[in-house]
Amino acid sequence: MLETIWFILWILLWAVYFILDGFDFGMGTLMPFLARSDAEKRVIYNASGPFWDGNEVWLITAGGVTFAAFPLAYATMFSALYAPLLILLFALIFRAVAFEFRNKVNCGLWRGVWDTCLFLGNFVPALLLGVAFANLFRGIPIDAEGVYQGNLFTLLNPYGLAGGLLFVIMFAYHGALWLELKAEGPLQERAGRTAKALWPLLLSLVLAFLALSAFYTDMYTSIAAHPVIYAALIVAVVGLVASRLALANGAMWTAWFMSSLFILGLTFFGAGSMFPSLIISSIDPSFSVTLANGSSSPLTLKIMLAVALTAVPVVILYQAWVYYTFSHKITAKELESEHAY
Amino acid sequence: MDLVMLSRLQFAVAVFFHFIFVPLTLGLTVLLAIMETIYVRTGDETYKRMAKFWGKLFLINFALGVVTGITLEFQFGTNWSKYSAYVGDIFGSLLAIEATAAFFLESTFVAVWTFGWDRVGKKVHCFAIWAVAFASNLSAVWIIIANGFMQNPVGYVIRNGRAELEDFLTVVTNPYAWGQFFHTIASSWMLAGFFVLAVCAWHLLRKNGDPVFAKSVKIAAPFTLILALLVAVAGHHQGQIVARHQPAKLAAMESHWETRENAPMYLLVWPDQEEGKNSVEAIGIPGVLSFMAHGNFSQEVTGLNAFPKEDIPPVLLTFLSFRFMVALGAVFILLSGWAWLKRRNLAESPLLARLLIWTIPLPYLAIMAGWMVAEVGRQPWIVYGLMRTSDAVSPVPTSSVALSLAAFAVIYTALGILDIYLLAKYARKGPHAPEIQPESAGE
Repeated sequence: MLETIWFILWILLWAVYFILDGFDFGMGTLMPFLARSDAEKRVIYNASGPFWDGNEVWLITAGGVTFAAFPLAYATMFSALYAPLLILLFALIFRAVAFEFRNKVNCGLWRGVWDTCLFLGNFVPALLLGVAFANLFRGIPIDAEGVYQGNLFTLLNPYGLAGGLLFVIMFAYHGALWLELKAEGPLQERAGRTAKALWPLLLSLVLAFLALSAFYTDMYTSIAAHPVIYAALIVAVVGLVASRLALANGAMWTAWFMSSLFILGLTFFGAGSMFPSLIISSIDPSFSVTLANGSSSPLTLKIMLAVALTAVPVVILYQAWVYYTFSHKITAKELESEHAY
Repeated sequence: MDLVMLSRLQFAVAVFFHFIFVPLTLGLTVLLAIMETIYVRTGDETYKRMAKFWGKLFLINFALGVVTGITLEFQFGTNWSKYSAYVGDIFGSLLAIEATAAFFLESTFVAVWTFGWDRVGKKVHCFAIWAVAFASNLSAVWIIIANGFMQNPVGYVIRNGRAELEDFLTVVTNPYAWGQFFHTIASSWMLAGFFVLAVCAWHLLRKNGDPVFAKSVKIAAPFTLILALLVAVAGHHQGQIVARHQPAKLAAMESHWETRENAPMYLLVWPDQEEGKNSVEAIGIPGVLSFMAHGNFSQEVTGLNAFPKEDIPPVLLTFLSFRFMVALGAVFILLSGWAWLKRRNLAESPLLARLLIWTIPLPYLAIMAGWMVAEVGRQPWIVYGLMRTSDAVSPVPTSSVALSLAAFAVIYTALGILDIYLLAKYARKGPHAPEIQPESAGE
C-alpha cells in the first residue's frame, strides 16, 4: 500500500515537472521559429524568467524521490540511461547559463551563442525525456544483476523516437499557449497561430503513440489488470480536446490549464501502465525492478510521506503565489528593467 | 585508469566545481539579507543600491551553483549505482528532503527577489532574501547530514542485503555531520566576507567615493573576522570528532604512524606511505597532537600502522591538504583582523587593499582542501567501515566514464572562465549611480 502511494506520488512529481518545465521547453524550442527580433527573443526569455528555476527543482525532487523511495530503480535507471541522462543534464546547464548570461554582454555573437544554447537546452531535454520514458514503458535490456546490456542507440528505436517526438510537440504546444499569455502584439498572435497549427499534429502523434504502444509494448496487457489506469487516458483526452476548444474561444488561461491536464493524464497513463514495475526488463520480466523488490523500507517510506505531505502543499502554495505575482504580460517597459533577462 | 578512479575523478570534478559557487551563495545571501534589512529599517537608499550591486554578483554565481548541483544529484545513480542501491534507503531520503524542504524555497524566492523589486512590497522583498539565505543554508544542513552518514554511518541496520533506516533521529543528530556543518558554514560565510572586502578594496584603491563600498566594508569586516575565528574553533572541534570516529583519517591528516601517548606534533614532516613512516620528521612539540585530537596532552593517539594496509587512506594528499588548510586558516584570521582594524579607512592602506584583492582565491582553495581531507581521508571507504569505494561503482563501460569525464572537464572549464569574466566585469562596473529623484516613501 505504502509502495503504491509512493508510486502515484512519483508519477505526480514527474507530471508536475513536465507541466511546469514543459512550457519552458516548448518556448525555447519554438524560439528560433517565432522570435523575429532581439526584443521578441527577450520576451521569450522573460516569459520563463521568474519561473524556470523553481520549475527545475521539480526535476530534482523527482530524482530525489526516485532515490529515496525506490533506490534500486534509481540506481538501475540512471546507470542504464548514463549517456542520455548526462546529455540532458549538460543541456539543462547550458539553458540555465543562457538565461543568466545572455543579457550581460552587449554583443551579437555572444547573444547568438546563448540563443542557440537556449534552444538546445530546451529541445534536447524535451526529446530525451520522451525517448527515455517511451523506453521505460517498453522495457530496457537489463540483466539479472540490473546491468544495462545496451547503449545509447538501443534507446533510439522507432518507439523511443516516437516518444521523443511526442514530447517535443506536446511541450511546444504547451509553450506556445504560455507565450500567447505572456507576449503582446505580433509575437502573441504568432504564438496563438502556432498553438492552433500544432494541435492536429499533437493529436495525431498521441494517437500514433497509443497505436505503436500496442505493437511495441505490453502496456495494454498490464493495464487490463488495472483498468482504472484508463481513467488517466480519459483525463488526457478531455484535457487535449478542451484545450483546443478554449483556444478557439480565446480563453487562453483555460487552454493552458487544459493542456496541463492533458500532460498530467498522459504521464499517469504511460507511467501507470508500468505498475507494479518500476523498470521493465526487456530481456526477462523476472529481472524487472518492481515495487516489491525496489522500494525503500517501510520506515523510510513513512517518513518521506510525512515530509512530502507537509512540504509539497506549502511549496505549491508559495509557487502559486509567485506565478500569480508575475502573471503579467512581458511589455516593452518590462524589458527595460535592469533585472530583466 | 580504471573505472573506480575515473568515476572518482569525475565526481571530484563535479563536486569541486559545484562547490566553487556554493560557499559564496551561502554567505553572500546572509550579507544581502543584512544589507536589505538595514535599507528597510532606515530607508537609506545607499543600502538598496548596495543590495542590488552585490545581488547582481550573487545571481551570476547562483545560476552555475544550481545547475552544477543537479548533475551531482544524478551522479550517485549514474556512477555510483551499487552505492545508491545499498544506502539509498537512508542517503536518498536525505537528498529528497533537501529538495522538498529547502531547494524549492531557495529557487522560488530567489526569483521573487530578482524580479520583484517593483512588484512586491519592500518588506516582502526583504523577506524573500531572508528566505533564500535560510533555505540555502538549510540545503547545506541536509547535504552535510547525508555526507555525515558516509563519514560516520549511524541509525541504520543491515537488512535485505542493504543498509536500512532504523532511527531517523540518530541519522539527523549525527555529531560528525553537525561538526562538519558548522565548520563548512563558518568557512563559507567567511569566504563571502572576504569576497565583499576584496571587491570593495578594488574600488577604494581606485578612489571610488561611492558610499556603498565604505559602508559594505563596515558590514563585512567584523563579519569576516568573527567567522574566521569561528572557522578555527569549529575546525578544532571537528578534528576531535574525527579523532573519535575516524582515527585513520586523523592519523593521515597528521601523518602519524605509531600509536603512542603524549603524541607530538612535528612542524616538518614528509610521509612515506610505502615504508609506513615519515621520511622527514623534525621539530616536534611534545603532546600537542594528543591535545589537538583528544583535549589532553597525554592521551594515546592511534597511528596509521595500527590499521591494515588496505584500510589506510592516501596519506600524502590528506596530510598536505590538511596542513595547507590550517595554514590558510591562520592567514585568514590575521588578514580579517587587519581589515577590521582598518575598516573605517581601508583606502588609506593600499598594501592591505592589494592583499585583500590578491587573496580572493585563498578561501576557495582552503575550502577545497578541507573537503579533500574529508573525502580522500575517508578512503578506501565510501561509507566509513561499511562499504568500500571500489564496491560502490556503477557497472558502466569505462569508456563511457572517460568520455563523460572529458565532457565535464571541457564544459566546466569553459563555464568557469565565463563566470569569472562576468563576475569581474560586474564587480568592476560598480553599483548604479544614486537615482536623482528619491522614491516616494512607503511604496
